[in-house]
Amino acid sequence: MRFTCLLLAFIFAQPSFALIKVNGAGATFPYPIYSKWFSEYQKLNKDVQFNYQSIGSGGGIRQVIKETVDFGATDAPMLDKETSKVKYSIQHIPTILGAVTIAYNVEGLNGELKLDGKTLVNIYLGNIAKWNHQDIKKLNPTLNLPEKDILPVYRADGSGTTNIFTDYLATISSDFKEKVGQGKAVSWPAGIGGKGNEGVTNMVKQTPGAIGYIELAYALNNNLKTVALKNAAGNFIQPSIEGISASAAKTDIAKHGFKGSIVNAADANAYPISAFTYILLPNKAETVQLKEVKKFLLWALSDGQEFAKELHYAPLPKNLAAQLLEVVKKSGTN
Amino acid sequence: MEQTKEQFKFLSQHKLQTRLSGEFGDKIAKIVMQTVAIAILATLILMVILLVQMSSEAINEFGSDFLTNSTWDPISEEFGVLSFLYGTLITSILALLIAAPISVMVAIFITEILPLKLGQVLGLFVEMIAAIPSIVFGLWGLFFLAPLVRESITPFLKSTLGFLPFFQGPSFGIGILTASIILATMILPTITSITREVFKTIPQHQKEAALALGATREEMIKLAVLRPSFSGITGAIVLGFGRALGETMAVAMVIGNSSKITLSLFAPGATMSSVIANEYAEASAGLHLSSLCFVGLLLFAVTLIVNSAARFIVWKFSPLSKSERKEKRS
Repeated sequence: MRFTCLLLAFIFAQPSFALIKVNGAGATFPYPIYSKWFSEYQKLNKDVQFNYQSIGSGGGIRQVIKETVDFGATDAPMLDKETSKVKYSIQHIPTILGAVTIAYNVEGLNGELKLDGKTLVNIYLGNIAKWNHQDIKKLNPTLNLPEKDILPVYRADGSGTTNIFTDYLATISSDFKEKVGQGKAVSWPAGIGGKGNEGVTNMVKQTPGAIGYIELAYALNNNLKTVALKNAAGNFIQPSIEGISASAAKTDIAKHGFKGSIVNAADANAYPISAFTYILLPNKAETVQLKEVKKFLLWALSDGQEFAKELHYAPLPKNLAAQLLEVVKKSGTN
Repeated sequence: MEQTKEQFKFLSQHKLQTRLSGEFGDKIAKIVMQTVAIAILATLILMVILLVQMSSEAINEFGSDFLTNSTWDPISEEFGVLSFLYGTLITSILALLIAAPISVMVAIFITEILPLKLGQVLGLFVEMIAAIPSIVFGLWGLFFLAPLVRESITPFLKSTLGFLPFFQGPSFGIGILTASIILATMILPTITSITREVFKTIPQHQKEAALALGATREEMIKLAVLRPSFSGITGAIVLGFGRALGETMAVAMVIGNSSKITLSLFAPGATMSSVIANEYAEASAGLHLSSLCFVGLLLFAVTLIVNSAARFIVWKFSPLSKSERKEKRS
């Protein structure tokens, strides 16, 4: 009897415990931190369930246009031709910072490799084909650079990482901007394409003479050597969490709806190939789900930032996070 | 009397009912089967319609230039399929050149030379290759085959056949050659098992006759096994070709994904299916997406042509159907 009572109580209690399901889709780059955030957030708010599918930024944008998800996520901000397809405005909320590192595999080097943007552009354009080229020598006078072929490795699949990297190269060199351009998938004049971050990582690891661009976490987890890159202030900077956060410190990103680029930032400690990843918040009449997304964002932009470092992401600078909190609170009310 | 009449009535009614229900059941079965059969055909037609619809933007923009243009530049929105068509055909043809002789030899070894039981075991092993997931082949290619090609196969080919333009230029282990070797491994079981089936159709007395006439084992295999199954083997090879054309994952992982046409087999390339797999997820809506669908449509057309050719060869020239036709005539 007691058991039956318990069972009945359980059955009838269930409906009152309404679970709000929120669906999102998009970028793969922030997926590790987003899933960490969702699980931590759910511990605090048991009546919300987030379901995030990392189908890629392009897919996320398509889903937002079709209104099949409550929020989208993307690495590259939406293009004007994409935003024009949505009925309401889309608020870009930067959630976290990431960086693209330049990993290399040159055997027997007696120190760390330093490069500047111009040299990197020429390597990826195929203009510099040997490791002992004078441009590289000039930047590394003490290194014993071998007379070996350079193999530039790029992402074969369309990706936000490529978008950030080509953004940097196109910012540095008008030649690159003209010949190749900036985008998630571009036509590379030289080198070999690996599939995914793991493909590029593996190609660099295996092939003597290779150089490739990958996300910070992949370089750290695979113990790959990374290039110290010359920033706008003239300092050679190894990729680091602090260097990435510094990129976003001084910029007036809020002006362009947070969509502006932060590569080659002016800060003395800034790592030059840094970028935001965004959550796309539809600016429309508030649904139950949208309300939960906003609540979640308020948490992610404040308490959630603490989880960034352990997963090799850089937290947003404090002043920017404070700005964003206001934006989220206001969104949908106008 | 009354009772028997009623009984008879009941019985006949019952009989009628069962017969009716039998007819009814037949009808239902017929309808169900017809619907299922039509559904399969409809799926195919719907797929083509959908592909045409999705690629209409690219068809209108580029038309037949799409086939002859080798530029693939998502930034300036200029698209052409030529380099991928070339990559698809060159890797598949190369894979066939490697796999076809090996497959036929394996089939002969299994059916004619090994004892029956051992042959069955070996046949099982060969067919198990077909069960390995494509991604596993890709990983094997990336971790094992690519270094092997870079360090052993390339230097060997360069020193022996280096005067040919196909074997010149730097090799990093990833490229058309590696992709072709992977493809060859993947289509090997297909060709082998179909060839074995073809060999099985050859009557035992035909082989015995050849031996009785004083043929050696080698001559017997040539005359009594290989010659009559020539068309069947051709069909098996074309089916293997069809499988090689559409293979995606493993190829995308080892081909190097570059949209340039180069004669060198060491250079990176790209196939039609690999470019779709690589770029679809991140393609922004519009011309890029539509062009990818157009590539898919063309790939569909190519595989359809190859597969129908294979069916045609097997159906028209197979020795079994020839004898069947003769029987019908007489």
